[in-house]
Amino acid sequence: MEASLLVVVVVATALIFDFTNGFHDTANAMASSIATGALKPRTAVALSAVLNLVGAFLSVEVAKTISGGLVDDARITPAVVFGGLVGAIVWNLVTWFVGLPSSSSHALFGGLIGATWISAGADAVHFAKLVDKILVPAVAAPLVAGVIAMTGSFLTYRLVRRARQDVVGRGFRAGQVVSASLVSLAHGTNDAQKTMGIITLTMITAGMLPAQAGPPTWVVVSAALAIALGTYVGGWRIIRTLGKGLTSIEAPQGFASDASAATVILASSHLGFPLSTTHVCSGSIVGAGVGRRAPDVRWGVAGRMVLAWLVTLPASAGVGAVAGKLSSTGVVGTVAVAAMGLAVGAWIYRASRRNPVNAETVARAEQADEPESPVEPASAPVTV
Amino acid sequence: MQVKWAALGEVFLVGFGVAVSVVLLFTLGVLGLSARATARERGAGGGVGQALAGVCFTACGGVVLYGVYLIAFG
Repeated sequence: MEASLLVVVVVATALIFDFTNGFHDTANAMASSIATGALKPRTAVALSAVLNLVGAFLSVEVAKTISGGLVDDARITPAVVFGGLVGAIVWNLVTWFVGLPSSSSHALFGGLIGATWISAGADAVHFAKLVDKILVPAVAAPLVAGVIAMTGSFLTYRLVRRARQDVVGRGFRAGQVVSASLVSLAHGTNDAQKTMGIITLTMITAGMLPAQAGPPTWVVVSAALAIALGTYVGGWRIIRTLGKGLTSIEAPQGFASDASAATVILASSHLGFPLSTTHVCSGSIVGAGVGRRAPDVRWGVAGRMVLAWLVTLPASAGVGAVAGKLSSTGVVGTVAVAAMGLAVGAWIYRASRRNPVNAETVARAEQADEPESPVEPASAPVTV
Repeated sequence: MQVKWAALGEVFLVGFGVAVSVVLLFTLGVLGLSARATARERGAGGGVGQALAGVCFTACGGVVLYGVYLIAFG
């Protein structure tokens, strides 16, 4: 009885993580389209939500291990998974609050590593895997995507120099809608799968499903809905950072950046070198900024973002360790962790209300920043 | 610890080739549209620009469809 109650709690927590994953990562696909006015903010998140929902159903290939071999799956209990999830959720909320795009996958891996380490011992964590699964991809992703986006936007600006700027603006905005949609779709297939994997694994460890079982239909449906709902709510703070904070994005850059991101994500997942969506998309945006005019890139913001990437894993591991340890002490511990997680979430939510960023203020802030109003298609200037 | 450098290099080369080609193709298409708009203003047909745009955007559409295919069935 106690075990099945715990499973219910873990499933609920996994869905909450899925939700935070959705609103944390909306920005990856949609920030540049919103910034260039290719899509209205509400339309952008709605489109992204639908594509995430579709994406979650599209892929039938479920990763056998949620952890990618980072931790010894055989030594994880539902209580450990719960602790890891709480660590990941707390870190996702904190980074969302300060508007930094950090990898939801890293938060999840970090939480799991921390929880596993403290409750099953350091040898249950495969540290060697850390380098090739996390460290190298984290450095490589923004570089690879950045160089590609930089080349793309540099060449584009050379070529369109003498073209009619109204046609250029309209054309690239239309292209951006397609390329951003592709990023959303790819994101949905990857990230919803992680949550489905966690729920399935938890049910297997609790003996409710046979080993090697695929996710039941209700798991697929609820994970897809949770990530889509999170996406629709929209992580406006992160959208503002990516769309406006790093560099000012014009339509041709937005297209180059989205095309680069979509291609790199697809190439990486099919050539066996998985890269984080967040890192790829952020790198693309910086690259597209450098490709037009390097001084336009706000390197201070980029630096803070990189710092957040570095801290993500250890920070969520720390929270995950405490939460995992406490929750594996029994029912009281689990309830305490759940209560603390809810308290942190409520506190961040209340703090965020004091300085809200939503669909309306995202657009307003942009117009205030840029008097020439990139939202107006005919007058959008494209400087070369 | 086995970093798959070859796979990473492959991701970079394939990503670079495909993404830069698509961006160039799309830019050419936009240039075609721009040429058409200019020609029309002068009273000409702008057929060449239109044809160029048509070819480029069709090619881009093909790449996008292949991307969707990879996501769905890859």
